[in-house]
Amino acid sequence: MTARARAPRWPWLAAAAALAVTLLLALAVGAVPVAPGDLLAALLGRGDAMAVAVVRDLRAPRALLAAVVGAALAMSGGALQGTLRNPLAEPYLLGVSGGAAVGAVLAMAWGAERPATVTAAAFGGAAGATLLVTLLARVAGQRTDTRLLVMAGVVVGAFANAIIMVALADAPPDRLRGALWWMMGSVADATWGAVARAAAALAVLGGALVWWARDLDVLALGEEPAAALGVDVDRTARRLFLTASWLAAATVAAAGLVGFVGLVVPAIARACGARLQRPALLLSALLGAALLVGADVAARTVRAPAELPLGAVTALVGVPFFLHRLRRMTA
Amino acid sequence: MSPVTASLACQALTVRYAGQARPALEGVTMAVPAGAITAVVGPNGSSKSTLVRALLRRVPLDAGDITVQGRPLAAWTPRALAREVAVVPQREEPVMPLLVEEFVALGCHPRRSAFGALAPADRDAVARAMARAGVAWAAARRIDTLSGGEWQRVRIARALAQEAPVLVCDEPTTFLDIAHEMALFELLDELAREGRAVLLVSHQLNLVARFARQLVLLDRGQVAASGTVDEVMRGDILERVYGWPLVVTRDPAVGALALLPLRGRPRGDGW
Repeated sequence: MTARARAPRWPWLAAAAALAVTLLLALAVGAVPVAPGDLLAALLGRGDAMAVAVVRDLRAPRALLAAVVGAALAMSGGALQGTLRNPLAEPYLLGVSGGAAVGAVLAMAWGAERPATVTAAAFGGAAGATLLVTLLARVAGQRTDTRLLVMAGVVVGAFANAIIMVALADAPPDRLRGALWWMMGSVADATWGAVARAAAALAVLGGALVWWARDLDVLALGEEPAAALGVDVDRTARRLFLTASWLAAATVAAAGLVGFVGLVVPAIARACGARLQRPALLLSALLGAALLVGADVAARTVRAPAELPLGAVTALVGVPFFLHRLRRMTA
Repeated sequence: MSPVTASLACQALTVRYAGQARPALEGVTMAVPAGAITAVVGPNGSSKSTLVRALLRRVPLDAGDITVQGRPLAAWTPRALAREVAVVPQREEPVMPLLVEEFVALGCHPRRSAFGALAPADRDAVARAMARAGVAWAAARRIDTLSGGEWQRVRIARALAQEAPVLVCDEPTTFLDIAHEMALFELLDELAREGRAVLLVSHQLNLVARFARQLVLLDRGQVAASGTVDEVMRGDILERVYGWPLVVTRDPAVGALALLPLRGRPRGDGW
């Protein structure tokens, strides 16, 4: 009897069902309601012209971008938690997302317009923030100390927000997205191009994390046990940290700062029995996609016609969860 | 035992931590042959664990070398080294809630590829390792629910699943009661008799003296004495190294040499 055989299948089915349901809702619900039966026709470009335009050009890219961003954030969080041996690690709380946003905002403020340039700048910002957070945590002690690491992350994140505010203070609203978009996140102006770019990042960087999942399992044991099992600890940790950070950076370039997905989702995946990193990452991707699509539906329907920022919805879910985890860890 | 034929050996090994004037290990020469337990003993701060950290390349070698199967440490890739030497580090705290079986299977990591299920031979190795360490019954338990003794045995099972000819255990019996401690030493003794080279780092001098063939006594990073138990378990040497009045007697019941510290007051205020 192997552990594989004991791993339950229901979480996978439930996660896939949740993603299917939230995607359907995302396509059907809104100011122009589209009956579920008409969705397929609208997606294929048939039927009511209004419904076709709303579903194909607005809701579908928006829902898919939310799904890809949610999957990427969840995988990034899961990988960071394993690398840092810290269940509270998450790209937003670690300031990595903030660093990516600073990179992207500065690039745009200095006139960069091509999405590839902005994304590259986000990668640079994320790498800088990663370095800064680990240095801060190391100066104060060691990076495995949960409180120090999160404190360093919060400090870097706050600094990033300040830079974004300053950089965007006099931004022309027609050319640059506002500070609120960056700091609270949104998939409202999703385009098929943005979906493609985010999906490519998810495929490459998320794929790399899944590829290295066994190293991540070993690394999560700690430095000395990992070294004893033949893992080149420093190099592997750097590689995984950077890959996870860039995956988060790609989501920031596409949707701004969306926090707590990377914290909540991997914990749920592990609680569902996905203990080893490969199943945990894959299940997290599914659950993260479903969570963020659902959060976006909530963001645009709860107080319609007003829209809530996506990051506000995830924070409303994530903060109580964070406090619950923190309490359990420090109790 | 010449260092070339030993499974694991140190030649004039010096290790220095960054920013420390005094080397943590200085000129340490020792050999760990196959088929026996070699024990590194010494008081607190004698850098016993630094030796293990150096072997794991968590501290750079300053001078001298460590050889594994006659080849210098630098010539081994991390994976190849982990197939030769299995190390149970002193401390380890689980953060991911794996099952015992999944945790022990990580011992196969040095010979597994990135993808694919556990090979039948590896599954056998995991089952054997759990049986040897007496934790087969706990296969489906989560590692964060184990007692201290069970956790140590599960960690040894993971090292056994590495199927390496050299086994290094750093203070494996810390926090264990007498029965668990004895069971663990008996297991290491069995493993050595089967042909493995076992390096045991321990401060349990009296127990170690009953199981080890060779002792290496470290004192502030230097070898104060090394050789057979009779050569190292001498009152004058131990009293100097441990800085406490003591006698070494042969225990009439079990016939082993035993260190007995005397009552008294510490000399100086450095303790």
